[in-house]
Amino acid sequence: MLEIERLCTHFFTSRGVAPAVDNVTITIPPKSIVGVVGESGCGKSVTALSVLRLVSSPGRIVSGSIRLDGEELLTKSGPAMRAIRGDRISMIFQEPMTSLNPVYTVGRQVSEAITLHTNAARGEARGRTVEMFRAVGIPEPERRFKSYPHQLSGGLRQRVMIAMAMACRPEVLIADEPTTALDVTTEAQILHLMKELETAFGTSIMLITHNLGLVAEMCDYVYVMYAGRIMEQADVFELFDNALHPYTTGLLGAIPRPGGERRRLFNIEGMVPSLLDLPKGCRFSPRCGRAISRCHEEEPELRGVCRGHAVRCFLYKNESGAAR
Amino acid sequence: MLKFILKRILISVPVLIGVALVLFVLLNVVPGDPVTLMMGEHIKPNLIAMFRERMHLDDPVLIRFGRYILNALRGDFGVSYKDQREVSDLIAMAFPHTVKLTFYAVLVSWMIGIPSGIAAAVKQNTFIDRAFMGFSLMGVSLPVFWAGLLAQYVFAYKLAWLPTTGYYSFRYYIMPSVVLGWSSAGTVARLTRSNLLESLRNDFIRTARAKGLSESAVVVGHALKNALIPVVTVMALQVANLLGGAVMTESVFGIPGLGRIAVKAIADRDMPMLQGTVLFTTAIVIAGNLAADIVYAFLDPRISVEAG
Repeated sequence: MLEIERLCTHFFTSRGVAPAVDNVTITIPPKSIVGVVGESGCGKSVTALSVLRLVSSPGRIVSGSIRLDGEELLTKSGPAMRAIRGDRISMIFQEPMTSLNPVYTVGRQVSEAITLHTNAARGEARGRTVEMFRAVGIPEPERRFKSYPHQLSGGLRQRVMIAMAMACRPEVLIADEPTTALDVTTEAQILHLMKELETAFGTSIMLITHNLGLVAEMCDYVYVMYAGRIMEQADVFELFDNALHPYTTGLLGAIPRPGGERRRLFNIEGMVPSLLDLPKGCRFSPRCGRAISRCHEEEPELRGVCRGHAVRCFLYKNESGAAR
Repeated sequence: MLKFILKRILISVPVLIGVALVLFVLLNVVPGDPVTLMMGEHIKPNLIAMFRERMHLDDPVLIRFGRYILNALRGDFGVSYKDQREVSDLIAMAFPHTVKLTFYAVLVSWMIGIPSGIAAAVKQNTFIDRAFMGFSLMGVSLPVFWAGLLAQYVFAYKLAWLPTTGYYSFRYYIMPSVVLGWSSAGTVARLTRSNLLESLRNDFIRTARAKGLSESAVVVGHALKNALIPVVTVMALQVANLLGGAVMTESVFGIPGLGRIAVKAIADRDMPMLQGTVLFTTAIVIAGNLAADIVYAFLDPRISVEAG
């Protein structure tokens, strides 16, 4: 169980403070896949890196709490935090092309994670790596152990990354756009593999993506992020059946649907605001088609509308359901 | 790999012949008669003609060049005009001194350059970074002959810790090696620093950190190897620089190495001697580059595949 509570990660640039993650609360229950959705630059990746405390300067975690099974991570010492990275929480990245070190064999890079976190000897780590390669569907795992990253395809490299991340059977796997750089068939295989591993190892997955189709297929629960804030959160079925926030409906409207009547794809006007120059009031208000005058003045709270469904918008009232 | 090395050696043959040709033509354009140089100004004209004939100096340039190359391939670089000794013997006597000096200098430049580059990169934009980089910039900017004289003044004359000039034991090589090594340590340090900083920005560094590796394991284990690959290449090119620097260092510290005999050959207008030393130095630089490529291929697994 991973609990991120009221997390604020800000970037202190020469032009001002950018609140990349602003008061974000995300809970990842055991054995579940939780999606975090949003456009580029909305703070998804920074949230993920904050969990591992790998945000690099000028970014810094300002406040909040991140707990793994009740243990606070933000106050842990450097060595204690390193013992968690790659062992209890691990991460895979968007770019399988550049995420592996080109000068070492992939086998060595995976077994490095094993020898680091267990007291396995070299030979044993090697055996476990080959086993892991087999588990993630790498053909000829013994031979691939000695391959260098440039000798593998993007899909295989991402499998290697997954093998590395899963090598120590982590409680939580953070997948940051794991399939964005891959082609569609490979994407399907990788997603299938992740779902399989979730069931087999009981690992929870935090899936970061901008692709709602992927969320529908994979996730149990979804958070929608915009400009560093959670805008809406709901059970996956609830979100797709009954999306409330104009930003979420906008995202959903931007997906082409086969079979339905032919109509113009909806797109959200404008661009994500600069974090250094956020609009007054609701952060989405300048792009929102349904904004009322109040939206430009004050920022709404994230409020529950029904069980497990919360939205940050003045158009909806508490619990009583949608007041449209 | 073997094919790659053989190919590189074959490519270097025309380079050497080209250098020899340019040298040969240039040195033949330079005014001055070798016979007068050897015998002095007041020699009888019929004697000059006799010696010119004996030394084949009146043959067409291309024929003389062809003869020179054929002899050089057998290791015969001719006879020094001045000393009347085999050029190859003189080079063989001088070379070990230069090798020694260059070897120590390379050692010094690596031992100063790489650690200070790492320290500067890890402590980027701090006092440590600036101090190391300032020190290395000084090494790059100070001319070797000036730094050499300064060192002699301080360590030999004022403090009397080390001998001023000579080549009789290791102690004599300390000052020249440090002076020469310092000049290239700066380059090594700056290169190590910038490559390491760049290397640390790679995605795979984030992967290594996410794996739970300590910062030192990330820097040394994952970033450094990638960062040092270009440094190694430049180091081999630095051998050429060091040989050039050795010319001056040897002169300042009185070491009878290749640089010294080349400078002397220029002063004496001793063509075969000069030609021999320059050609020999060229061969060493080519060999250094070849060594760099081999080490490069060894360090970077992507290279051998591309060379196919």
